[in-house]
Amino acid sequence: MSLNSADIKRIAHLARIEVSDTEAEATLTKLTGILGLIEQMQAVDTKGIVPMSHSQDVTQRLREDVVTETNQRELFQSIAPAVKEGLYLVPKVIE
Amino acid sequence: MINKSLKQLGAMLQGKEISSVEMTQEFLNRIDRLNPEINAFITLDKDKTLAQAKHADSLLAAGKGTALTGLPIGQKDIFVAKGWRTTCGSKMLETFIGPYDADIIERFDCVGAVNLGKTNMDEFAMGSSNETSYYGKVQNPWDRSRVPGGSSGGSAAAVAARLCAAATGTDTGGSIRQPASLCGLSGLKPTYGLASRFGMIAFASSLDQSGPMAKSCEDMALMMNVLTGFDKRDSTSLNREKEDYARDLNKPLAGLKVGLPKEYFSEGLGADVAKVVNEAIAEYKKLGAQIVDISLPNTKLSIPVYYVLAPAEASSNLSRFDGVRYGHRAKEHGDLMDMYCKSRAEGFGAEVKRRILIGAYVLSAGYYDAYYIKAQQIRRLIAQDFENAFKQCDIIMGPTAPSTAFKAGEKADDPVAMYLQDIYTIAVNLAGLPGMSIPAGFAPSDDGKRLPVGLQIIGNYFDEARMLNAGHAYQQVTDWHSQMPEGIE
Repeated sequence: MSLNSADIKRIAHLARIEVSDTEAEATLTKLTGILGLIEQMQAVDTKGIVPMSHSQDVTQRLREDVVTETNQRELFQSIAPAVKEGLYLVPKVIE
Repeated sequence: MINKSLKQLGAMLQGKEISSVEMTQEFLNRIDRLNPEINAFITLDKDKTLAQAKHADSLLAAGKGTALTGLPIGQKDIFVAKGWRTTCGSKMLETFIGPYDADIIERFDCVGAVNLGKTNMDEFAMGSSNETSYYGKVQNPWDRSRVPGGSSGGSAAAVAARLCAAATGTDTGGSIRQPASLCGLSGLKPTYGLASRFGMIAFASSLDQSGPMAKSCEDMALMMNVLTGFDKRDSTSLNREKEDYARDLNKPLAGLKVGLPKEYFSEGLGADVAKVVNEAIAEYKKLGAQIVDISLPNTKLSIPVYYVLAPAEASSNLSRFDGVRYGHRAKEHGDLMDMYCKSRAEGFGAEVKRRILIGAYVLSAGYYDAYYIKAQQIRRLIAQDFENAFKQCDIIMGPTAPSTAFKAGEKADDPVAMYLQDIYTIAVNLAGLPGMSIPAGFAPSDDGKRLPVGLQIIGNYFDEARMLNAGHAYQQVTDWHSQMPEGIE
């Protein structure tokens, strides 16, 4: 599992983070170090072990399908980068 | 007044020796004087703080005060608080004003505690030295050239410099316990699910847990009584009966079986730290504890497992910062994709980006089973280590961190060296167990400073009252927890 800077650019695109070529090079060195650390896992035999996500093995709670929240559009939009007439503005996506 | 415990300060308020407004003002004055250098607090709102203190005074006057009413408490800037700037240590949220209260904030407000201000932290809680904060590094009050630990470094430095009597923290891989250790205070990460994650800006949801940072175990018990409890807004919150965490504080320790994991005392542990921790354990023997040798064979794997699971969860959690609904948006951008990519490139710092990239990589097509599932399987092995250990002992003790506070900049450029700071704390998060750190003494630095050393106490699930009992008993016969750094008078 060795990465190159093209991989870094691909992963960064998946994560929606712009990286320049010089940044990709610097990131490559650090990520390679971290992935080397992670590689230690591969020596462990995990056949048949159930993956663990919560220590208490709880199940998802369900609630009644009813309205519980009040509309706070104005409050929430007051901290948005760009809004107009109650809508969030983004660059044009449809020609 | 500044070295008094929450309990003592509460008694002063109840006894009308001082009002909450006066007490709060005194801490605010200390912050004005010391914070410009220490940088423990990043957002203050004196009007809001003093209004809360005034309200607390009216509660006290009406005889409606409880243990924490009127006491000023620092809140880690990871907790969204209504009307307060909440940055999570990131440029991404530089202008974010909380539109609602986190559950933890609500609970402290409900009992009339005073929010003294928001404390500095590593960006999105990713760090062990508080150096990744967009708002600047934090000084360790014991040696200003050293780091306070992280990610709750601001909270730790604030309590250590006596800028507040207590603060909140959060702990995903050691972020309460390691700074508590490096700054000479007491910090507790509860059993996963006891404290609500609602309104606590998410890092790694299956590991994140908030908890108290204070001067003593007695004070932490008072805070635990407030900050824990079921919250239907957090899908992993546990619905359990309320308990009084102070109920067992004064129980004798005779017969308590203390397990010492051999992996926590092997290579990698600094000799100076080992000496102090061993002396603390000797003190426990005097208190009647019985020492048992145990093994947690998968300890070493906790770091690789954590650095798969935490970044994977973080990359998902942090995808919400897209520059659309809140947070930073790049000024110059082209189409929508370019806006996302530039906003995130500008808004996140280097360490946060690294972790998002690691997360995106281990979750990407073809790698999911080899990394994420594999890590979750080993996570179970790590939890089973503890399950087996608790068949032989009641409580586990060891060092919190392998070294005392290191110099600012020393590890900042080497992520792997930084990650090894958390070798003794991470497994506790992976297993979902409660863990705490209490001051156990000091080790001298090369340049003649006294640097605090923490003793870690790990309990079985929901055994916080017993851990606090063990910590309190030790704090009755030692005074490490009440010592103050020089130069903060």
